[in-house]
Amino acid sequence: MEKIISFTLKIWRQNGPKDKGHFDTFQMKDIPGDTSFLEMLDILNEQLVSEGKEPVVFDHDCREGICGMCSLYINGHPHGPATGATTCQIYMRRFNDGDTITVEPWRSAGFPVIKDLMVDRSAYDKIMQAGGYVSVNTGAAQDANAILIPKTAADEAMDAASCIGCGACVAACKNGSAMLFVSAKVSQLALLPQGKSEAARRAKAMLAKMDELGFGNCTNTRACEAECPKNVSISNIARLNREFIKAKLKD
Amino acid sequence: MWLSNSSIGRKVVMSVTGVALVLFLTFHMSMNLVALFSEDAYNMVCEFLGANWYALVATVALAALFVIHIIYAFWLTMLNRKARGSERYAVSQKPKSVEWASQNMLVLGIVVILGLLLHFANFWYKMQFAEIIGDHFLGEFGPTDGAAYIAYTFGCPVYVVIYLVWLLALWFHLTHGFWSAMQTFGWSNKIWFERWRIIGNVYSTLVVLGFAVVVVVYFFKSLC
Ligand code: HEM
Ligand code: SF4
Ligand code: FES
Repeated sequence: MEKIISFTLKIWRQNGPKDKGHFDTFQMKDIPGDTSFLEMLDILNEQLVSEGKEPVVFDHDCREGICGMCSLYINGHPHGPATGATTCQIYMRRFNDGDTITVEPWRSAGFPVIKDLMVDRSAYDKIMQAGGYVSVNTGAAQDANAILIPKTAADEAMDAASCIGCGACVAACKNGSAMLFVSAKVSQLALLPQGKSEAARRAKAMLAKMDELGFGNCTNTRACEAECPKNVSISNIARLNREFIKAKLKD
Repeated sequence: MWLSNSSIGRKVVMSVTGVALVLFLTFHMSMNLVALFSEDAYNMVCEFLGANWYALVATVALAALFVIHIIYAFWLTMLNRKARGSERYAVSQKPKSVEWASQNMLVLGIVVILGLLLHFANFWYKMQFAEIIGDHFLGEFGPTDGAAYIAYTFGCPVYVVIYLVWLLALWFHLTHGFWSAMQTFGWSNKIWFERWRIIGNVYSTLVVLGFAVVVVVYFFKSLC
């Protein structure tokens, strides 16, 4: 039998980065369980538009867990109660009739609110621009096949590369640290021969950018890996620390 | 200097001083255990570590470690609060894998400082300090009669409870601190993470139990 639920939505409204912000409450009636969380917000917004009210602003794009846009803090968890899933990948059947669902934006100094639930995550782009790339042409697919890479290294690099840059790690962190993201982006290249030669420079440049942008100092609380929709592991942070310390000792 | 102007550098300073303090604790705890076997031997250790030049150099080095660890602790906490921003979540839930200690290191550290101050008043002031200023009658007993001070302090149940609470805070601080330090040095991966955590838990438990057993044994001795 299909689950159909009615519930209360408490949604954060904020007119701009400087606005104080407040919660608005909405009653949602008879929402089918197989509605995705974002579709449910679409339904809400259609209601608001038809009533002549301003719709709720929230970020989204792919709606299939690969772009990292859907940055919502739902009932005390980034990307909601599910583990290993983004906001766009959770469905209303996870909630119960009569629930109150609280939706907030990422709250961290590094990600200022643009409007309502949408935050400015361009700090991540700046960190990537500081060194999250390989600066030589590494050839085409057949060239890649000519270089043998141990399966374990390839697997770890792929796991790190699954990071979608959503910012949940920062949102979950009591220190506002972006270490899980930066470490994933450093690891995905450092583990492979094409990226290894620039590993030290990359680690230094990306970390310096992260510090400059005002993200916090990682104290290893592990909230990031618990909330990461891609299950990126803090073993990447250990690798970043290692690369960084080695590079600094060599200087 | 990367040890002060990069986040990882600052964490390295925390870890190096933290691990050095753990080594000091291990040494201090082993010394205390001597008192359980022979009070004379324990007092010989006290004499050896009185106001001699090497003991004083070691004390100053130890004090420096503490001061650096504490200054960095407050500095990091300040930076992190700033990075976190002033907005708080209306609803927030701690994921299961997040240890309570890991989010309360500063509070635990402050409890450690408070215990330390009491500890200075109970022992250090009357022993090493008394020797330094040459006033051998600062405390109730001679400055090298450590065993008498232990018996005196832990004959009082209030001190016993305070010291045990202090040790408990230290235990929480160390269970997180130990693996966290290894992670900060980068000496960790998926396998070693689990190993360091177990090693850290066992090690902290042994160190803290070593301290606690002296407190408890002397308390029971005072009853009979
Ligand atoms: C015997 C005393 C102490 C020992 C053995 C000790 C040991 C440690 C260790 C091993 C760490 C982990 C380092 C890391 O992960 O980077 C640590 C972290 C920490 N300690 Fe201590 N500590 C002691 C006293 C104190 C005191 C007195 C404070 C004062 C407030 C303090 C505050 C902190 C804080 C806030 C952290 C977390 C810092 C971070 O992870 O960035 N500790 N401690
Ligand atoms: S590490 Fe995980 S939580 Fe952080 S940005 Fe990448 S996918 Fe999002
Ligand atoms: S909308 Fe792209 S990951 Fe959710």
